[in-house]
Amino acid sequence: MSKSRGKKEVMSAGRSPKSISNGHSATAGTNGGGTLLSTGLRLKTGLAEMLKGGVIMDVTDARQAEIAEKAGAAAVMALERVPAQIRAQGGVARMASPKKIREIMDTVSIPVMAKCRIGHFAEAQILQALGVDYIDESEVLTPADEAHHVDKHAFKTPFVCGARNLGEALRRIAEGAAMIRTKGEAGTGDVVHAVKHMRQIVREMNMLKVLSEQELYAQAKELGAPVELVRLVAKTGKLPVPNFSAGGIATPADAALVRQLGAEAVFVGSGIFMADGLNFCEPAEAEKRAKAIVRACTHFDDPKVLLEVSEDLVGAMKGLAVAAMAEGDLLQTRGW
Amino acid sequence: MTIGVLAIQGDYEAHKVRLEQLGANVTLVRKPEQLDAIDGIVIPGGESSTFLNFLAEHGFLEKLRDFVRTKPTFGTCAGAILLANQVENPPQQSLNAMDISIRRNAYGRQIDSSIREVRTKLGDKPLEMVFIRAPKIVRTGKGVEVLAKSGGDPVLVRQGKTMAATFHPELSEDTRVHQEFLKMVKNGHRSK
Repeated sequence: MSKSRGKKEVMSAGRSPKSISNGHSATAGTNGGGTLLSTGLRLKTGLAEMLKGGVIMDVTDARQAEIAEKAGAAAVMALERVPAQIRAQGGVARMASPKKIREIMDTVSIPVMAKCRIGHFAEAQILQALGVDYIDESEVLTPADEAHHVDKHAFKTPFVCGARNLGEALRRIAEGAAMIRTKGEAGTGDVVHAVKHMRQIVREMNMLKVLSEQELYAQAKELGAPVELVRLVAKTGKLPVPNFSAGGIATPADAALVRQLGAEAVFVGSGIFMADGLNFCEPAEAEKRAKAIVRACTHFDDPKVLLEVSEDLVGAMKGLAVAAMAEGDLLQTRGW
Repeated sequence: MTIGVLAIQGDYEAHKVRLEQLGANVTLVRKPEQLDAIDGIVIPGGESSTFLNFLAEHGFLEKLRDFVRTKPTFGTCAGAILLANQVENPPQQSLNAMDISIRRNAYGRQIDSSIREVRTKLGDKPLEMVFIRAPKIVRTGKGVEVLAKSGGDPVLVRQGKTMAATFHPELSEDTRVHQEFLKMVKNGHRSK
């Protein structure tokens, strides 16, 4: 098992995540947790269930949100700047202005998500008060806490969090995340790390399945995750919450790739509305890209449809190869 | 007997798992021609605007409209929205299969989602109902049988071969609603 955890932050062994209650044994829904999850978490993962098979698109204004909805997006992520812009422009990236988010909420009928900084529970409180449907505690924004993520159990609004490996995913779930997405490398248009993280999580889950009950304790320590959650994954081979993909997905083929690797839905950030790191593409172009990626996400295992939707496109965002980037420019190493 | 689950987007897997648990043979339906090979269809939860976006192509909407007129159909949440003959907030196209009016996101946003125990006509025991950004049935026509009400609003309704729920029985352990649908498919018409 890879020692992929960056920091020594071990869960106290006796701590049982608040999300698990032991009253039921049957399973409902398609993720490992099923009705083992508490009422609050079931409602939170319930919305993630409804997003499955769909595309969640980053938008920076009401007009883009409209284009996304029209193209078939299952939800939108309301942002001040998309990750490619944040990368190109630099500075501190914070929660989007509530006024802008509200404008987007008023424009579309699909769910609206918004990002808060890692550990910034006050931004999360504001987003909850605003009534967004999902909060993304995101490494794309500048972290507000170097040791602690938001205690997501304290919120009624569901959270999605990024992860690069199983330990990180389970730590976020222990904190109350109701959806996990791969981190990938946002704003690059390079899918390589979304693939890497999805493969890593799936491989680590498969490995758990062959371990004996006794071995799970040591494995939980190795993963830095609560043993109850490790046991649950060992039993079901799945995360107890939906598992989506994000970070660098820019083309219909990219979406199909991560879906075939096990992603249950796809987040697309800069890939739809950006021509390069600084400039938006033409709205008609964005609409075409959005529609093609939505189709690819549904027909992910049907190469004929994938060909058809890819043929209609003139190009994708220019992008940034992750392998050529300096370590310090990576967003995925934020969070732990 | 093969049941199709419309698998454009949404919680189609949850329906598939439940139906298979009850012994049904399940196909995920993503293309209109697949409708020819199934005996009944479930339209799952998800985003109805996304469903309509796909249905607008390749004659899918027309073909599905014909299907739901002749074969047993069950819609949950977004599925119920598609089955209604009138949709509000915003007004949108539908399959026009049931004489009901439905209002999207009528109970509020995700923060207003809830789990309730509700009495139904499917046995004495109350049924757990998971409501996620649920629509509200605001009018039922004469031929519509109300199988359950919550807070004064119909939440499970049936008309002929078509059944609709504004909640998600596929996300609860109780299998009664899906059992009822399979009965409808077996009989080729309404069960009682």
